[in-house]
Amino acid sequence: MPAAGVATIALIVLIVLALVYYLLNTILQLRAINHGLDEVIQSVGEIVEKSAPVADVVHDINDNLDAAVSALEGLLVKKAGMEDAVGLVDGLYPGAAAEGLRDFPESREVTPPRIGEVYTRGTLTLARLGREAPVATASPAGPALRNPAYGSAAARDLYPGDRPGRSPVIGSDAPVQYEEREDIGQPRKRFRRA
Amino acid sequence: MTLWWIGNAVLLVVLVVVILLLTGVLNAAKGIVPSVRRIAGAAAAGSKDLDAVPMLLTTQDQVRQTVAGVAAYGGSLDVILDDAKEA
Repeated sequence: MPAAGVATIALIVLIVLALVYYLLNTILQLRAINHGLDEVIQSVGEIVEKSAPVADVVHDINDNLDAAVSALEGLLVKKAGMEDAVGLVDGLYPGAAAEGLRDFPESREVTPPRIGEVYTRGTLTLARLGREAPVATASPAGPALRNPAYGSAAARDLYPGDRPGRSPVIGSDAPVQYEEREDIGQPRKRFRRA
Repeated sequence: MTLWWIGNAVLLVVLVVVILLLTGVLNAAKGIVPSVRRIAGAAAAGSKDLDAVPMLLTTQDQVRQTVAGVAAYGGSLDVILDDAKEA
């Protein structure tokens, strides 16, 4: 056989060997890809299965919350009036008056009264308890009492001295009786007629 | 004979081209495998994150009960509080 024939056969064998080597490796890689995609499909199937009821449940929750918001807004406006309702909402959530009440578009045009800027809810609670409420000691020229971020700290700052170590005691058995009057318990004064 | 050697030269060129092309295919296939593994890991993690979804049913029930309570309180307040006076 001539040398050219041997070279031809050798080249053909080399081409076949190259094809076999690379195609086998490619097949192995494609099998690995196939196995990985099987895992992906299984996980995606779990995701689809687990997330299927989410939409219905969330819609139901939103519907319930929408109904509650509508009822509470209506009740608030009915009982407090539009202006005070907006003021109360703005007091609890500063800036909320700009968005207004959801079911009352006209509430966006209401200028909220300064309900929330003057009294915190805690201050109002203390005010109900008696004279030790910080409302009585605050300077009207000072800054607004409301401090949404540090409400309790702001309330403590209102005491000129140390904060009392006790809550105010009210009632007939209280150690300190407010509105003390000397004539309480004494015979009723009688005025003679001229 | 000369033509035979020319044919051998062509076969040599074919061998080089085949090797180059198959190397490219093999490298592309090898590049896909890590990506698929990362996607599989992400999908498994996403599926695990959704394990808390059944808790939404509890949330749904709690919301219904809360709204019912709010409605009851609202109805009572509507009865015991006077309406705002018209300006």
